[in-house]
Amino acid sequence: MARRSASILSRLLANPSSPFIAPSRSITYMPRPGDGAPRTVTLIPGDGIGPLVTGAVEQVMEAMHAPVHFERYEVRGNMRRVPEEVIESVKRNKVCLKGGLATPVGGGVSSLNMQLRKELDIFASLVNCINFPGLATRHENVDIVVIRENTEGEYSGLEHEVVPGVVESLKVITKFCSERIARYAFEYAYLNNRKKVTAVHKANIMKLADGLFLESCREVAKHYSGITYNEIIVDNCCMQLVAKPEQFDVMVTPNLYGNLIANTAAGIAGGTGVMPGGNVGAEHAIFEQGASAGNVGNDKIVEQKKANPVALLLSSAMMLRHLRFPTFADRLETAVKQVIQEGKCRTKDVGGDCTTQEVVDAVIAALE
Amino acid sequence: MDLTGRFHNLFISGLVSGESINVNLFQVQRSKKSPLCLFPLCVLLRLEAITMAAFLARRLIGNRSSQILGTSSSSSGAFISVARAFSSSTTPIKATLFPGDGIGPEIAESVKQVFTAADVAIDWDEHFVGTEVDPRTNSFLTWESLQSVLKHKVGLKGPMATPIGKGHRSLNLTLRKELNLYANVRPCYSLPGYKTRYDDVDLITIRENTEGEYSGLEHQVVKGVVESIKIITRKASMRVAEYAFLYAKTHGRKKVSAIHKANIMQKTDGLFLQCCDEVARKYPDIEYEKVVIDNCCMMLVKNPALFDVLVMPNLYGDIISDLCAGLVGGLGLTPSCNIGEDGIALAEAVHGSAPDIAGKNLANPTALLLSGVMMLRHLKLNKQAEQIHSAIINTIAEGKYRTADLGGTSTTTDFTKAICDHL
Repeated sequence: MARRSASILSRLLANPSSPFIAPSRSITYMPRPGDGAPRTVTLIPGDGIGPLVTGAVEQVMEAMHAPVHFERYEVRGNMRRVPEEVIESVKRNKVCLKGGLATPVGGGVSSLNMQLRKELDIFASLVNCINFPGLATRHENVDIVVIRENTEGEYSGLEHEVVPGVVESLKVITKFCSERIARYAFEYAYLNNRKKVTAVHKANIMKLADGLFLESCREVAKHYSGITYNEIIVDNCCMQLVAKPEQFDVMVTPNLYGNLIANTAAGIAGGTGVMPGGNVGAEHAIFEQGASAGNVGNDKIVEQKKANPVALLLSSAMMLRHLRFPTFADRLETAVKQVIQEGKCRTKDVGGDCTTQEVVDAVIAALE
Repeated sequence: MDLTGRFHNLFISGLVSGESINVNLFQVQRSKKSPLCLFPLCVLLRLEAITMAAFLARRLIGNRSSQILGTSSSSSGAFISVARAFSSSTTPIKATLFPGDGIGPEIAESVKQVFTAADVAIDWDEHFVGTEVDPRTNSFLTWESLQSVLKHKVGLKGPMATPIGKGHRSLNLTLRKELNLYANVRPCYSLPGYKTRYDDVDLITIRENTEGEYSGLEHQVVKGVVESIKIITRKASMRVAEYAFLYAKTHGRKKVSAIHKANIMQKTDGLFLQCCDEVARKYPDIEYEKVVIDNCCMMLVKNPALFDVLVMPNLYGDIISDLCAGLVGGLGLTPSCNIGEDGIALAEAVHGSAPDIAGKNLANPTALLLSGVMMLRHLKLNKQAEQIHSAIINTIAEGKYRTADLGGTSTTTDFTKAICDHL
């Protein structure tokens, strides 16, 4: 007790000007006996900045003594397929933490991110775009969760050349997938005390495809009378996001629009380097950087080791909650938010000049 | 009578009789004068002749001619603009005006006033949307309206509300298909004096307008499974890429960014990128980059100054151009111009018809005025375009006369008068 108050006191005296974020503790969390047994999580470092940021997560987990054990597998973006052993491992462990996998442009290799999601049927992708206190952005009061269908839509990968110079790509929308993503979105809103769900579409042009998506959303909305439901066309949505983002709460979208909306919302709230997110299916979950998972940075960032680990750290906090270790999740989140608020240690994409390691050290120091 | 007089008479008689003018050229060449003094006259007559021949041929053959003559679009476009330059000093240019619905007529009136005050010699050919479906076009737009645009080659369109119902095409779709409008150009720049969250926006979005995800080819495979087809062709992609680089060059822009999602849609967006690559090689002094669309969205909202000219396929263009319009203040301030084959340009205001404020003198004519400025630049009347543009910018910057949507209290007529005073 004395040791704890001493550390709090020393922190207060050290920087009297910065507001001290009181750590919130889930004191009412009552575990089942045996819940504390360490869980194994598949770890895929990935390409580019991937190994840097997953290394950061590993360091922080160790500093916290979290009951998580990582099983590391090397996967590169230019492999033809995700190796069988990796998929087996994720099926066994049920949870995976992953850095980005770069997909070579026009290379004839299908995206490995997509392949993982389709094979493990991880149909919902979630990004929480929220303003962090201390991180100044042009927009205030942003707190948007974008839930995006992950397996079909424009990303079906069904393309062919009809005649030389004419190429077709198929966008597939099914009632089954649209219904389950709509159900997931409303359930999420209900369980997280969210008041509004907005469906994003382009049904004035793609009447059948997006029309089917909208029908499914409307049907599910009928079962949740406490949650407001509305629809918005995707180009209007982007315009409203940059003008008045506070009107959005939870957004449910098909695959491609979800990608764009998630990146736009992440951009207005501070950038994809800080937004947490994850992908979840009925049986498995993959946690990665919130938006733009295929963006693995450029060589300069990798060389200088200045990648931003905040997004993956916050996603790993989401992972800890998913694994039913809420206290560790709270501690990690508080520490990261404190580091962001203090503003002394920031990487280049949010206006500072620190390296990844410096941010990690600051987070570990801020841990309780 | 000297040679010039004779040519002139022959030319006029040719016009009156409606025959092809080639007869007159033949007669000219048979004259025994030295070829050197004939040359400039020949060039002038040939230009006029080809222009006239093209107009007449189009009238006779109908709109199918636009496809027949389409292959020589760039060359005839150049001839037509040169002919226009010759004619602008003497005769007013004819342009089609679609005032549109709702607030359309009021803002069109604004445009006419400002253009008259700026001494722009344009003869407006007004066409209104009909109240019945015209069977020749299968929409509410009449055949005469379409022919008018095809003839004059420039037009200005106000907001049109598509009536709800089946059995006819939407008005925008009709215009796009019949006039073969393949590129939509939307310049987005921060208006000094009208403060938004973004102050340093200065970019142009060029969007492919005919194919891509908006082909309208959808079908239900089995119950509960729908397929929608996205088509990308080399022809359309090359067309819009060529236009984008040409635009960048003529307007002094330094960088062109091609926006795509070719890491996922490898063949379709891959083909689009290939075409952009090919065109980029022909313009080595313009910087060229390729940006994935999700990255682009993020960069646009974080730092729009990174972009200059953006060229993209249909769907991404729709979303990104609306996003950029949002960055500078909304659709009420955004000009836009649709480019078609044979040098057709139809400038339009992209906002809605706002039926709730129609007729109340409250509408903001800025979008239509700025679109009119784009039209003038297309016609190469740069001096007047610059004059009107500065007048608009200064009026808004001053802040004394602003319409309700910009936070002021002026009426449309006051705002227009302020712009005319600034000229």
